[in-house]
Amino acid sequence: MTVLIADREPPNILRKLLQVPWLVVLLVAALAGVGLAMQYSAAGGAWDPWASRQAVRFGAGLGLMLVVAMIDIRLWFRWAYLCYGAALVMLVAVEVGLGGRIGMGAQRWLDLGFIQLQPSELMKFTLVLVLARYWHGRTMEDMGRIIWLMVPLLLVAMPTALVMKQPDLGMALMLTGGAIGLAWIAGVRWWKFALAFAAIAAAVPTAWEYYLRDYQRQRVLTFLDPTRDPLGAGYHIIQSKIALGSGGVFGKGFLQGTQHALNFLPEKQTDFIFTMLAEEFGLVGGMGLLGVYLTLFLYGYLIAFRSQTQFGRLVAIGVVWTIFLAVFVNIAMVMGLIPAKGAALPMVSYGGSSMLVTMFGAGLLMSVWIHRDNRFGPRGEL
Amino acid sequence: MSKRQREQEKDRLFTRRALLLGAAQIGLIGTLAGRLYFLQVMEGERYTMLADDNRISLRLLPPPRGRILDRNGEPLAVNRLNYRVTLVAEQVRNVEATLDAIGKLIELTELDRRRVMRDLRRRRGFVPVTVREDLTWEDVARIEVNIPDLPGVAIEVGALRHYPHTESVGHILGYVGPVAEADLTGEPLLELPDFRIGKNGIERIYDRELRGAAGTVQVEVNALGRVVRELARDEPTAGQDVVLTIDIGLQSFCRGRLGDESGSIVVLDVHTGDVLSLVSAPAYDPNLFSAGLSARDWEELLANPKGPLTNKAIAGMYAPGSTFKMVTALAALEAGVVRPSDRISCPGYLELGDHRFHCWKKEGHGGVNLQEAMMVSCDVYFYEVARRTGMDRLAAMARRLGFGDLINIDLPGERRGLMPTREWKQRTRGQPWVQGETLIAGIGQGYVLSTPLQLAVMTARLVNGGVAVIPHMTRSIGGKPNAGRNPPPYPSMGLQRSGLEAMIRAMNAVTLEERGTAYRARITERGFEMGGKTGTAQVRRITMQERERGVRRNEDLPWRFRDHALFVGYAPVHAPRYACACVVEHGGGGSAVAAPIVRDVLTETQRRDPSRRTGPVASLVTPNGG
Repeated sequence: MTVLIADREPPNILRKLLQVPWLVVLLVAALAGVGLAMQYSAAGGAWDPWASRQAVRFGAGLGLMLVVAMIDIRLWFRWAYLCYGAALVMLVAVEVGLGGRIGMGAQRWLDLGFIQLQPSELMKFTLVLVLARYWHGRTMEDMGRIIWLMVPLLLVAMPTALVMKQPDLGMALMLTGGAIGLAWIAGVRWWKFALAFAAIAAAVPTAWEYYLRDYQRQRVLTFLDPTRDPLGAGYHIIQSKIALGSGGVFGKGFLQGTQHALNFLPEKQTDFIFTMLAEEFGLVGGMGLLGVYLTLFLYGYLIAFRSQTQFGRLVAIGVVWTIFLAVFVNIAMVMGLIPAKGAALPMVSYGGSSMLVTMFGAGLLMSVWIHRDNRFGPRGEL
Repeated sequence: MSKRQREQEKDRLFTRRALLLGAAQIGLIGTLAGRLYFLQVMEGERYTMLADDNRISLRLLPPPRGRILDRNGEPLAVNRLNYRVTLVAEQVRNVEATLDAIGKLIELTELDRRRVMRDLRRRRGFVPVTVREDLTWEDVARIEVNIPDLPGVAIEVGALRHYPHTESVGHILGYVGPVAEADLTGEPLLELPDFRIGKNGIERIYDRELRGAAGTVQVEVNALGRVVRELARDEPTAGQDVVLTIDIGLQSFCRGRLGDESGSIVVLDVHTGDVLSLVSAPAYDPNLFSAGLSARDWEELLANPKGPLTNKAIAGMYAPGSTFKMVTALAALEAGVVRPSDRISCPGYLELGDHRFHCWKKEGHGGVNLQEAMMVSCDVYFYEVARRTGMDRLAAMARRLGFGDLINIDLPGERRGLMPTREWKQRTRGQPWVQGETLIAGIGQGYVLSTPLQLAVMTARLVNGGVAVIPHMTRSIGGKPNAGRNPPPYPSMGLQRSGLEAMIRAMNAVTLEERGTAYRARITERGFEMGGKTGTAQVRRITMQERERGVRRNEDLPWRFRDHALFVGYAPVHAPRYACACVVEHGGGGSAVAAPIVRDVLTETQRRDPSRRTGPVASLVTPNGG
């Protein structure tokens, strides 16, 4: 597709490159750098097995991000349903077991040979695209009618149901949360959110009884009282808090963390990478990382406000919101604020899927910025 | 509302909502920051303490290995305490430096160090690796005192396998050894540093039963990995005791009786299949293996021409010689080609075509019937009988009596021997069977090969009323009866009673009649008398020229060319209970060397029989109250 664009508008490429918001690239690279450093430390001060492989993926991700950024926002508008459809097909493929592999007790991976793709991760951003496109064409009157809410509900429900069935409750909540954020920005009425929350609150006891699996119930119960099972499910939370807390203000120093070195932290290079950072670099390091994320988010908002189209605004804020949710869930989890579950810290955790789709999202954000002045009508017409 | 107004309204709504959402995000990030501050600053000290003091670690408890006992409960394999230094890789910062430090306290060879480095690479980081074992008290004390300076190093006490009866039961028990890479199944127990599994004999065959199941202990350890306290404990399940059919007293007697000879003795209970004794000499001391055999000891064992590593009782293969004549005779009787009273004339040889088959007695035996032929071990009689019977029927009878296939005793390394057939020769040699070979097979020479165990089984099956008894090494495992791979009841072989009785009469004559080849080795003690058959198996071929010059005497030959001496026997003659087979490699004549051994063994066996130990008085007390 890049070739096609290059053919049509050859001089644009250079001008576009100049317009790339390099601060976003810098922030993304900073996050990846922190991740590589911690993966190096997790391996006991070695590039293998994690940091070296992640570095290669980051290189590939950089290319992907810039290509995505170069592509005209109107093309993304046109391709929104296509992208969504492709992600949905992959989710179904994982569900029926086409190359689906059992990882961490759930079928989540699609083995594409060069990368084990987690389709649900990809779905997070394609859902943003498709919902943004849908709401781009709705008028204020449309927003008032329930009937117009049916399509987005369906768009969210299909992948959510598939992800639930895997079963990956955390990812299902993440998709729903992302969609709710977008619906909010798009202007769905206050009372409808209130109604939806009330309905969910009413459904919780039923879900607890019939839908949640035993291990998911365990997670919630253990979250509420981690000490009730210090050697089982609560072990990770307790160990994570001990590691974090023992870091103090300035931390124990790079490669000096004792808790992860003794293998008290499970999955230290993925889910608990923030714990490692906070143990080795203390409050200073933890706050620093939060600061980088916050800067990235605020810059995303700036991009949104400068965009001339509803589609651009929704995509920008949708991307920010989606990344934010993942960051919040991961960090809150390792600090014992919400139940433990397998959630990666975007750009920092070891893992190809999470990193590549996050950079795809960042690419979309940059595309919104580069093409912020391109206006188009409800159906994408100029 | 105009379109423009609506657009403006939409923009305002977006701005409002986006700002609200942004504010919520900043708030949530603030929450995270606050939580981080709470954990690291306000609670920081508490968590620092916890980090240093409370780490929970799960450890495996190896189960004690089950014991091996003899039939009377005498321990044959037990566990002895073994102190060793171990090292946990993930708790050691610099392995080389730590090994240097240990080397200053106790002796540590370059070999030890290399083994430690190899084990560290092979095992997971949290599994302790043994640095040295079998420490003296002094060594233990030296390490213990310095433990605070050696993080990750610990003294552990484990069990070492001990075999109190050393080499007399070496071949039966086998030995235990470290887990080899090929043995690893992913079972964590096998990765424990000093875990031993059975490598041979009973230790190997019943390894699963002897092994038991691992327990676990959850302990709190401090920053150096030292155990602070135990949180929970799940005791290991000890391995089961294996009770053998062996009588260690008899076993030691047999071993002593063989002395420096190379050979083997098997004693069976002809009805139950219990193996009371199974000796192969020379043997090895299994304790050497359980402690870790030195390279020199191993070379010595390998180089010994008498093959101490082989259990000859089940893996030594010998031409059965004249002990095979019962098979020939029984096959002939069963086929009806000869009657016990038929006389066959022996002029000292039998001519078949242009070939002459010699009897061991050059001048011949004259006319002999079955019993006389057996008694004097006339070869010509059995050449003729074998010729009449034919190889097919001969081989079939041999198989029924246990030759040519595995007995399937519960010991590793048993060999099947060889019972040739026409089809076998065609297949392996590409040549047709010739009749002369049937004659040779009829006196247990030629291609026929058997193990001492097979000879004992044949004897047992002949004298127990024709039941296809299968010997086994175990009486019970973990308190439950166990009779090896083929437990009783054993099927009848379906042979004619008259034929079996003729065999017993003939074998009795071998020891009880003055002309019998084993008369001089008879048991004279009343009620203990034995019957049997001698055998002398040629190892070399006697050429025409030598026969003319006069066959060289055994004593004049180098050891490895001398004949094997064989004897199979049973006792008591009036109601056979025990069968015994003895092979003395290159020992000379069966009647002179092997028969006296069996005489002594069967006498001892009967003396040790608990039902007869009280002597003749007990036999007066009948169940009817006498």
